[in-house]
Amino acid sequence: MDPIHQFEIKNLLPIARIGGVEIAFTNSALFMLIALALIVLLMLGATSSRALVPGRLQAVAEMSYEFVATTLRSTAGPEGMKFFPLVFSLFMFILVLNVIGIIPYTFTVTSHIVITVALALLVFFTVVIYGFWKHGLHFFKLWVPSGIPIYILPLVTFIEVLSFLSRPVSHSVRLFANMLAGHITLKVFGGFVTMLGALGFLGWLGAIIPLGLTVALTALELLVALLQAYVFAILTCIYLSDAIHAGH
Amino acid sequence: MDPQAAKMIGAGIACIGMGGAGVGVGTIFGHYLAAALRNPSAAQGQFANLIFGFAVTEALGIFSLLIALLLLFAL
Repeated sequence: MDPIHQFEIKNLLPIARIGGVEIAFTNSALFMLIALALIVLLMLGATSSRALVPGRLQAVAEMSYEFVATTLRSTAGPEGMKFFPLVFSLFMFILVLNVIGIIPYTFTVTSHIVITVALALLVFFTVVIYGFWKHGLHFFKLWVPSGIPIYILPLVTFIEVLSFLSRPVSHSVRLFANMLAGHITLKVFGGFVTMLGALGFLGWLGAIIPLGLTVALTALELLVALLQAYVFAILTCIYLSDAIHAGH
Repeated sequence: MDPQAAKMIGAGIACIGMGGAGVGVGTIFGHYLAAALRNPSAAQGQFANLIFGFAVTEALGIFSLLIALLLLFAL
């Protein structure tokens, strides 16, 4: 009953070996493709008919669009809408991956830090490159707040730079650790059920409690899956807002 | 001391940090609820701030959980 076992990456289809690094089609890649296919099917299927009064599928697509667009507009302003494709793709990708991961016997792609770091660094470098491209050297004003007495300004600037650099760390670790911890908890409670069940009839009676808790935790995990996708998206919006309105 | 035992104790100690995040998250949601009951019409507009504060606070607790997980399974 190793609770970590569920996160193991399996090679489904070896492709090549380049300098000792094995390149293969893994279960992680498979579930990313499944998520991508689901999103494309949802979006294409919803927009093919384009009824004035939306059906169920179209309502889901329109609600997710409106939800992300409202969040982006309220945090980064109307100028932020040029980043809508990025934020919407990140939100839908993480949301679908998280929700797929809750289904038993599936693989949670977002529980691997490689994936979340890649996504967080994408956001980080988008912010840095767009900030310098748009504001030039004025982008450094992001780390030098105005109205601070000159003698504590170096300290404040140092803290601001440090907090800016630690953003991708917290951005990625939050998603990864939430998914990892949630799935380990589910597995541990599932382990209690089988442990008690091995004791015989009385054990089965006792096992009802952890079984009920597992069901309740699955509901909690669904909430966490939605919330973490939203948190990732809203933090992306806030970081992009810094790049768009530097020096405020 | 047996290194394995020291690892387990360290993981347990690392998890104490999550209590602080629990206090923080509770404070955030408690104050949001208190303010929302005083002025329900303004509550919806602060939802994004609520989630942002929750995420930033929760990250600190998650860091200590991460240390515990690393001690137990990775190191």
